[in-house]
Amino acid sequence: MRFVDEYRDAEKARALSAKIAGLCEPGRQYKFMEVCGGHTHTIYKHGLEDYLPESVTLVHGPGCPVCVIPMGRVDDAIALAEQPDVIMTSFGDMMRVPGGRGSFFDSKAAGTDIRMVYSPLDALKVARQNPDKHVVFMAIGFETTAPSTAMTVLRAEAEGIENFSIFCNHVTIIPAIKAILDSPDLRLDGFIGPGHVSTVIGCRPYEFIASEHGKPLVTAGFEPLDILQSVYMLLVQLAEGRSEVENQYGRVVPWDGNQVALKAVGEVMELRPYFEWRGLGFISHSALRMREKFASFDAERHFDLPGVRVADPKACQCGEVLKGVLKPWECKVFGTACTPETPIGTCMVSSEGACAAYYNFGRFSRERVRQASRPEPVTIETGARRE
Amino acid sequence: MCLGIPGEVIEIMPEQPDLAKVDVSGVKRAINIGLLTDDPPGPGDWVLIHVGFALSKIDEEEARAAMEFLEGIGQAYEDELEALLSSKIDEKG
Repeated sequence: MRFVDEYRDAEKARALSAKIAGLCEPGRQYKFMEVCGGHTHTIYKHGLEDYLPESVTLVHGPGCPVCVIPMGRVDDAIALAEQPDVIMTSFGDMMRVPGGRGSFFDSKAAGTDIRMVYSPLDALKVARQNPDKHVVFMAIGFETTAPSTAMTVLRAEAEGIENFSIFCNHVTIIPAIKAILDSPDLRLDGFIGPGHVSTVIGCRPYEFIASEHGKPLVTAGFEPLDILQSVYMLLVQLAEGRSEVENQYGRVVPWDGNQVALKAVGEVMELRPYFEWRGLGFISHSALRMREKFASFDAERHFDLPGVRVADPKACQCGEVLKGVLKPWECKVFGTACTPETPIGTCMVSSEGACAAYYNFGRFSRERVRQASRPEPVTIETGARRE
Repeated sequence: MCLGIPGEVIEIMPEQPDLAKVDVSGVKRAINIGLLTDDPPGPGDWVLIHVGFALSKIDEEEARAAMEFLEGIGQAYEDELEALLSSKIDEKG
């Protein structure tokens, strides 16, 4: 509890904690999933689970964009970087993501020109500065990031830049949530909706979760109190027999999202028929590609990509972690063969990955102790391998 | 890359009106404000910055809370800030 005790609103947190406990029906277990790496980070960093009754479990879904990139796409990107006169660019988070043939860092060490950029606009600047090279931007991220890529392409078109293209790996959150809801592995009672993704898409796209699946969803901010408040709002809905979409983060998230951003994405990109997610397999209409109109900015049309498919390492259980079926520490290589320094799976690479967040804040040992001390540990019928 | 960083708008850049100069933790950098054309920010407004683009306008209270969240994150935030500071999107190539 030391983390929250340092927080200025520790009193409010304790008050919310008591209200949350008061809403839980005796004997009932509650399981809520958050699908945002920032939320995962807050939960572990502040030890929020200590503020929840044992009957409330928070599970972490596929909310980390780096984590869901399949190994084959990393290999394809490296194949692109190996083409003559190509400069590959991407966010710093991508550099250590392992592919079947190593990471961007490994490829760079072997002589390719791969550069970290902060913004796709920086990648475009690299293209302006290197007219004799072709600059590829490996675009990753959910709806939060896709508008920036789209705006950059529109800028490149307006400037008539011809040596710039996008290796598009943008994914969309709704099909991933659908896949989780359709999965028999996990019974959920509600969702904590992502913060920044919702800034772009708004709250309406989540309505099917409440109306068709009967699960409440509360879009949440990133502070410890925001998360606790959202858990409270979910429990109130359940206690009152409601399932609705509510917005706890209204101070940042407009109900209808950012229409300018959505329009830019819609102009430049379209849904792919299907896309592979690491650990989750192929999900229909779950990712974006460049529209035909912007074919000249599409790295997949510019170059003959190997289209590699690589099975995840056998020891890695990122898939189960991404689906919320396993807690990070339940993966058998967690903290032993797989660490942030030598990650086997993507969840250990990004600071937003559930495994890295758990590892960095040293909570795994405490959680184990806590679990061991429970008289009747909660078990989920997953069929997945457990240690 | 997924972190939103709060910045205070100092000025809209006269020659590139889709760019604004913002103050992030005392350092001034250019960002793109093209996603906020429905409600454009002006000097003194706070925005949440994501990979070089202002994604939403926020109030000062939210900016302070967001900054506290980021500072609590530690290394990941420092990396993000360092990346932002290396970004110079206003300079023509």
